[in-house]
Amino acid sequence: MALLKRLAEHDRDVLPFTLDGQPATGLQGDTLLTAVLTRADSLRGSDFSAEPRAGFCLMGACQDCWVKLGDGRRVRACATLLEAGQCVSREPGRTL
Amino acid sequence: MKHSGIVIIGAGPAGIRAAQTLVAYGLQPCLIDESLRGGGQVYRRQPENFTRSAKALYGFEASKAQAVHSTLDRLQADIDYRPQTLVWNAEAQTLDTLHNGVAAQLPYTHLIVATGATDRILPVPGWTLPGVYSLGAAQIALKFQGCAIGERVVFAGSGPLLYLVAYQYAKAGANVAAVLDSSPLSAQTRALPALLGQPATLAKGLYYRGWLTAHGVPVHQGVDLQSIQGDQRVHSVRWRQGEQDKTLDCDAVAFAHALRSETQLADLLGCAFSWSELNRAWLPTRDAFGRSSVEGVYLAGDGAGIMGADAAEMAGELAALTLLSDTGHQVDAARSTALQHKLDAIQRFRHGLETAFPFPQNWAANAPDSLTVCRCEEVSAGEIRQTVEQGHWEINRVKAMCRVGMGRCQGRMCAMAAAEIVAHASGRDVASVGRLRGQAPIKPIPFGVEVAP
Repeated sequence: MALLKRLAEHDRDVLPFTLDGQPATGLQGDTLLTAVLTRADSLRGSDFSAEPRAGFCLMGACQDCWVKLGDGRRVRACATLLEAGQCVSREPGRTL
Repeated sequence: MKHSGIVIIGAGPAGIRAAQTLVAYGLQPCLIDESLRGGGQVYRRQPENFTRSAKALYGFEASKAQAVHSTLDRLQADIDYRPQTLVWNAEAQTLDTLHNGVAAQLPYTHLIVATGATDRILPVPGWTLPGVYSLGAAQIALKFQGCAIGERVVFAGSGPLLYLVAYQYAKAGANVAAVLDSSPLSAQTRALPALLGQPATLAKGLYYRGWLTAHGVPVHQGVDLQSIQGDQRVHSVRWRQGEQDKTLDCDAVAFAHALRSETQLADLLGCAFSWSELNRAWLPTRDAFGRSSVEGVYLAGDGAGIMGADAAEMAGELAALTLLSDTGHQVDAARSTALQHKLDAIQRFRHGLETAFPFPQNWAANAPDSLTVCRCEEVSAGEIRQTVEQGHWEINRVKAMCRVGMGRCQGRMCAMAAAEIVAHASGRDVASVGRLRGQAPIKPIPFGVEVAP
């Protein structure tokens, strides 16, 4: 279920991407965080309890929105714009 | 482009006005910014293909935001502007940067540090749940992405941003379930004399507040937020007001208690810090002209003490004028003096705001042992207290023992709260527990970085 709700700027080009291998779409100008959280409710699992996290500060400070891209890069979802064809995967986190 | 040896870090209101001032005197500074399009957080710009008007995005501040943006746009031909560039280390005469996966070194002779601020967070149980964001984050979701953080949003905490963001959400068509202000109405009444010094700013604050009430948004004051509840995401908030416990269903919460300065680079540069009672924080010391304690390093904007966007514009210009004067340029001294007087007036207003939205002194005492304080390393208030019981009270020592503040965010989200808990548990005042030392890289950088030739 989506976490974020779109209120404005609906009329934009649709960009296809994959989320954990499943086909998905976002809009041109979305950050990865927006593209993922308008269709799912978390971005990663925490490193110590695997509890779901969905970012917190949205300004590149809290480091709680990291996702993995198909080319192996790990990026902050709040500060990275979605590009067509990206393969975004969410890390499940770890438990102690 | 070859720059003049002057580097400005941060393209918010302070950095942009500093760059403009230097260009007016014929210099070509390098302006480095982590974000995509400049403007800082306060005047953050939406992506280029978005169509909302400045009025819709920035409200009463639209003309100021547009002026800052158009200044940056005009300057781009005359400066070495480097957006999407992280400064991850700062030493004498050299900065280490990262742009697009490529690391490089940037030499400088003079530096203006305008690193801005983030939300000041006092954690509550449940604050790591999906659907909980800082107030600044909630505003960025709307301003930068056209999104609300949920279907039914509660705004909590304190400070001017609380009412502003709630108002912006309601105005944009979001469902604002409630505003929960930790400060009592009596505090705001007491602050009125000081706030009257900036009547326009006071009027805006009262307008947001009044608008929310007129549009049926419940506003509660003197609220002690107890917890955010939910399993995999938020389903309700619980708070105490007087003797009463209350619960409200919601699927998102935005909270913060005003702002905190981003000081890591000033620290790595060796700037002296002093305790600011007003900010309840250790801040890099700046003189009335914007000089730090390190020769050639200047400080401007919220990164050296929270004063807001208008003050940041003035402080950016003032720091640039001081730099020019220190390097032998003939500058308009009357302009410097006028800027200092205006900054003094804003500082007095800031004292009023602190009275109106007082820091919740009982927060540390009331934080339960089970509360997660450090969200990176998942260190609880109880674990911090145990560390204090073992005899540790200096914040870096506490970090070494229990890992609070040692995670990816380097304490940006938790260090202030951790210091409050250490101070309370050790019976010291919060100033004396110290501040976390900055460490390079100040933000995570990838292992396989390419190094620029």
